[in-house]
Amino acid sequence: MAFRTFNILPNKRYMPLVVTTALFFLLFGIGSIQFEGFGSTRVIANLLTDNAFLMVTAIGMTFVILAGGIDLSVGAVIALTGVICSVLIQHYHWHPLLVFPVVVLLGLIFGAAMGVLIHYYKLQPFIVTLAGMFLARGLATTISEESIAINHKFYSRIAEFGVNLPGNAWVGASTIFVLILLGLAILVAHYTRFGGSIYALGDDAQSAELMGVPIAKTTIGVYAMSSGLAAIAGIVFSFYTFSGYSLAAIGVELDAIAAVVIGGTLLSGGVGYVFGTMIGVMIMGLIQTYISFDGTLNSWWTKIVIGVLLLLFIGLQKFLGSEVLFKRSPS
Amino acid sequence: MPLLELDNISKTFPGVCALDGISFDVHSGEVHALLGENGAGKSTLVKVMTGVYARDSDKSNEGEKSTIKFCGQELSVLELASPANVQKLGISTVYQEVNLLPSLSVAQNIFLGREPKKFGLIDWKTVRKNSQILLQRFNLNIDVTRPLADFSVAVQQLIAIARSVDMSAKLLILDEPTASLDTKEVETLFRILSQLKSEGLGIVFITHFLDQVYEISDRITVLRNGRKVGCFKTSDLPRTTLIQHMLGKELQELAQREKPDPLKQGVEDLRDAHLRLKNVSVGSTLTNINLDVPHGQAVGFAGLLGSGRTEVCETIFAITPHQSGTMVYNGKVCKFKNPGQAIAASIALCPENRKSEGIIGELSVRENIILATQVREGWWRSIRKHKQQSLSKQAIQEFGIVTPDAEKPINQLSGGNQQKVVLARWLATQPKLLMLDEPTRGIDIGAHVEITKLIKKVCAEGMTVLVTSSEIEELVAFSDQIVVMREGKQVAELSGNDISEANILAEITNA
Ligand SMILES: Nc1ncnc2c1ncn2[C@@H]1O[C@H](COP(=O)(O)OP(=O)(O)OP(=O)(O)O)[C@@H](O)[C@H]1O
Ligand SMILES: [Mg+2]
Repeated sequence: MAFRTFNILPNKRYMPLVVTTALFFLLFGIGSIQFEGFGSTRVIANLLTDNAFLMVTAIGMTFVILAGGIDLSVGAVIALTGVICSVLIQHYHWHPLLVFPVVVLLGLIFGAAMGVLIHYYKLQPFIVTLAGMFLARGLATTISEESIAINHKFYSRIAEFGVNLPGNAWVGASTIFVLILLGLAILVAHYTRFGGSIYALGDDAQSAELMGVPIAKTTIGVYAMSSGLAAIAGIVFSFYTFSGYSLAAIGVELDAIAAVVIGGTLLSGGVGYVFGTMIGVMIMGLIQTYISFDGTLNSWWTKIVIGVLLLLFIGLQKFLGSEVLFKRSPS
Repeated sequence: MPLLELDNISKTFPGVCALDGISFDVHSGEVHALLGENGAGKSTLVKVMTGVYARDSDKSNEGEKSTIKFCGQELSVLELASPANVQKLGISTVYQEVNLLPSLSVAQNIFLGREPKKFGLIDWKTVRKNSQILLQRFNLNIDVTRPLADFSVAVQQLIAIARSVDMSAKLLILDEPTASLDTKEVETLFRILSQLKSEGLGIVFITHFLDQVYEISDRITVLRNGRKVGCFKTSDLPRTTLIQHMLGKELQELAQREKPDPLKQGVEDLRDAHLRLKNVSVGSTLTNINLDVPHGQAVGFAGLLGSGRTEVCETIFAITPHQSGTMVYNGKVCKFKNPGQAIAASIALCPENRKSEGIIGELSVRENIILATQVREGWWRSIRKHKQQSLSKQAIQEFGIVTPDAEKPINQLSGGNQQKVVLARWLATQPKLLMLDEPTRGIDIGAHVEITKLIKKVCAEGMTVLVTSSEIEELVAFSDQIVVMREGKQVAELSGNDISEANILAEITNA
């Protein structure tokens, strides 16, 4: 039977991903031609190191957005985690290996609580996580207004750990960790039922419920995961700065959302890829690198370029999503 | 012992008593049909027994207890708390609208939540293979890796059925599964149902097609206005009695085809054609469509699923503008670029997919009815409130829409009543050319007669109507011309005395 099975492209859902990846290589190419030393493994390695914590946050954000939600609390959770870590390590002399599971657990509980409010009390994710943001930021400031430096053997040892790559590049512990995490996130997204439930929830919550998707578990799980990952990002961030500061990571939630969107995930949920988010983060980092290589440009240009990119990507998604162009086009 | 036994179930929504003390039971190895008019409470009953809605709690003073028993065990509130929990008991359900996930692939939709695993991870190869095998049982050979939204409603419905059939362990509930299927698909479905029945599965079947009821069911329960009229053995219940039970009165005959009036025909020849298509083609989906429709005629499009009927409407409406050939409308050659231009030319298309293209769930019945009229007038000229009210009141009366008032959100109406609202919306725009794609999907027999009458009436007033339908009987009742489609081609045209069910069927099937 001749059903409607025609389509121009193999799969329109890969399109934003393809465009983002192409854009990354384009930017990288332009930079390499313009500046000496831009096109090196070192730049790439630094890109990963400098954005490790953002990557971790953005992975969590990808899942939340895929499920049709949003999480504005992640930046504040990063700061809170950093502060708790530094206080426990410096003032209470806990060993970092004991501190980490504690803060991650706190993060999971924090996120789960937001998930409970969103699911059972039918509150807007935007409002609940906004409240979560104020709460976490407020708590961090209450614990300590000052930045607390972390001096611990364990920290310096981990920070020194890494592998050398050809081209004077050095890949540190946090980068390796993030890459492993990325692999795990992709597995969760595409090879577990939890991942399937997340996509289903974001695609059409009502249908998903009728199909027997455990809505409560999925919603709570996804926010717990996001806050848990934000807590991990807080730990990664503390390795980057060797301190905990209540005003750290302001606006990181918005960077994460931007990376997710540039990575091709639909803000309405149900469509997107963790891999795309990684490219999204890398593009944002690459723009920053480009501007620092240039030297004459003000660093605020980064924000302007990201703003333009965001608009372009949302436009692209609208364009790709329009039925007239795709679903009905004859081959 | 019945497999599922409901006793004294009530469900009230604000302002509506949808179910009033209903009892109902299904045995293993039985097909139990649940019948009733639009809004009788069939879907609500299904949702109560599958954990979507909680039934009203027992009124303590009346002392009567409501129970839901499955396999002899009374189900607790917890077990009925969500569709997921009920599914675990071995009850699977196809709800009235297609409730699948449009962006996920067909295979993902079929196996969502029960994917086979290998080393703790989902084994996609097996998922794909098994989906393909499953769909082959339903004679569907499609690429299961494509997103669901790429397929027509009928295919989506088959996919939903396939998923449930594959999941059903003890009880299978089907709420109007055949509403957008063709005879052939229905045959396939019934073959599979009979097989499941002989394997001892219990089946609850809801439909408005009485032929299908008599073909497959063992017992019939009739609901009317939320009350149970009775439960009957199918073999003991004559059709006329059944209809009386459903409507609470006798049905007027489905209007018979009138003999074409020779005088009228003569006049028609003199009249200009209202719409004329000449060799219109769209890629490989439509080839050389020719059509000549005078003012005030009704053209019926018959054919199997995917034969290109919907596509003809979409081409005229410029959702997919034609690529070659010419379209003459009102005596002028037209090449609309988008539906907006078609609407401006007083053309209306009432689409096939009610859920995704038809209704806007959160808006009220009134807002849904005036929507298209408002678009045509332009957003800056808002329609006066009292005009809106009179339009919607008229529609509610004319179509017999079951709703407490026009301000109710449309997603709280029963499926058939939503369909009536969509029809009312397009008629309210008073188009010159009205295209209806499967207009009677999910509509009860009483309303069927009304809609047939309505089509005749608007034609008499000079409106040109194109109707796509899988129900040949209905096409025969009102069409002046019949176009039979197959694989994107026009294989036959019938008019005048040649229009009969037998002739159409013959044209559809002789491949
Ligand atoms: N969520 C809801 N909120 C309020 N009222 C509702 C809701 N769902 C159904 N109703 C009302 O309950 C009544 C029964 O609806 P139901 O959907 O069960 O009818 P049905 O028998 O399935 O009809 P159809 O043949 O049209 O599908 C209708 O009057 C409808 O308006
Ligand atoms: Mg119904």
